[in-house]
Amino acid sequence: MSRPKIARKSTHVDMTAMCDVAFLLLTFFILTTKPKPSEAVPITTPNSVANKFVPDKEAVMISLDKNDHVYLSISDNALDRAKKKAMIDDINQRNKLGLTDDEIVRLVKQPFIGVAFSQLKQQAQMTDGQINSKNLPGIPTQDTSNNQLIEWIQAAVTAYQGEHMDLILKGDNVSKYPALKNILTAFKKNEQFKFQMVTTPSNVPTGTDLYKENMSKSTSDKM
Amino acid sequence: MAEVDTSGGGHKKGPGVKKGKKLSTRVDLTPMVDLGFLLITFFVFTTTISLPTAMRLALPDDRVKPEDQNKIKQSGALTILLGKDNNIFYYEGELAPDASNFKSSNFKAIRNVIIDKKQQADTNLVVVIKPTDESTYKNFIDILDEMSINVVKRYAVVDISDVENQLVRKSEGESPEEPTTATATKP
Repeated sequence: MSRPKIARKSTHVDMTAMCDVAFLLLTFFILTTKPKPSEAVPITTPNSVANKFVPDKEAVMISLDKNDHVYLSISDNALDRAKKKAMIDDINQRNKLGLTDDEIVRLVKQPFIGVAFSQLKQQAQMTDGQINSKNLPGIPTQDTSNNQLIEWIQAAVTAYQGEHMDLILKGDNVSKYPALKNILTAFKKNEQFKFQMVTTPSNVPTGTDLYKENMSKSTSDKM
Repeated sequence: MAEVDTSGGGHKKGPGVKKGKKLSTRVDLTPMVDLGFLLITFFVFTTTISLPTAMRLALPDDRVKPEDQNKIKQSGALTILLGKDNNIFYYEGELAPDASNFKSSNFKAIRNVIIDKKQQADTNLVVVIKPTDESTYKNFIDILDEMSINVVKRYAVVDISDVENQLVRKSEGESPEEPTTATATKP
């Protein structure tokens, strides 16, 4: 009587399925990764332990670059674009700039405003490639008599009246404090006392009070 | 699955008949899988999720009359002055007329100063931050960050006074480590 034969199993594993999964994941990652939008005005933000994310809508952002130039931008979606149009309309009428509707539409489409009132007409003619820190001198904020940011914030407050608005300040590491102070003056003049400053997240140093606080919070959460 | 049976079947042919060797259509996918995962790993590691965070700050209302403003206890006050080139100067309580309590520091050492003062002053602690015109935005954020790192509940950003400004200038002219007094009395 012969023993029943034990079928020899191949050690060869079918890789097809694994290959499918690998490339599916690869495709997923490539397609979902958004390249960092190239910034017309490069700003390196300082680090902080703040852990709240910057709002991406209903936000008026004031950028302060390394040359202490001030730029104004508004979050990019349909509602906020309408607000931006209202703001430019407001500024246009109040200062009698004589911007045409077409120019206002062009300004709204541009990523930010970086010139004095008198030069808005020129900025409206610029193409996307020309919008950069070299061509735009920034909104004048230097002296209190001609701090045009005050009027811009005022326009923003009017445009967002009765609605939520976040004031965001994005400053460069090396920008000087006096430039920041001019911006703060513009905020204060419009009774906007609360604002947020954009920072790059960093870790809380171990052993500090905040670290201990966070630790005790996380352990109490687990309980 | 697209596979062809290559075992050659079970039936034996005669000894003279050679078996026609069939080539396998089965491709070894292992290197391809390796490559796939290598690429995935690469993309996962190179993608930084760098959502910027926001630090919140509420400014004081300047229009409040001086008599309505909060007075701070001298024992709990720590005034930090931000100078140029990341120098920090500080004094506790009120600035002495001869500036003997005016000390210099830097961003690494200031944390211990704050911690010491916090333990000493407990609930009375108020940190007054005075940036000079030479300080940068980074200095400003760093010192505010230091406030949140050390959980200082009460702090204020105040404009610098002339006396302090001069003291900072004077001490920056010298080596920042040296005590900053007595330059006027030196011959």
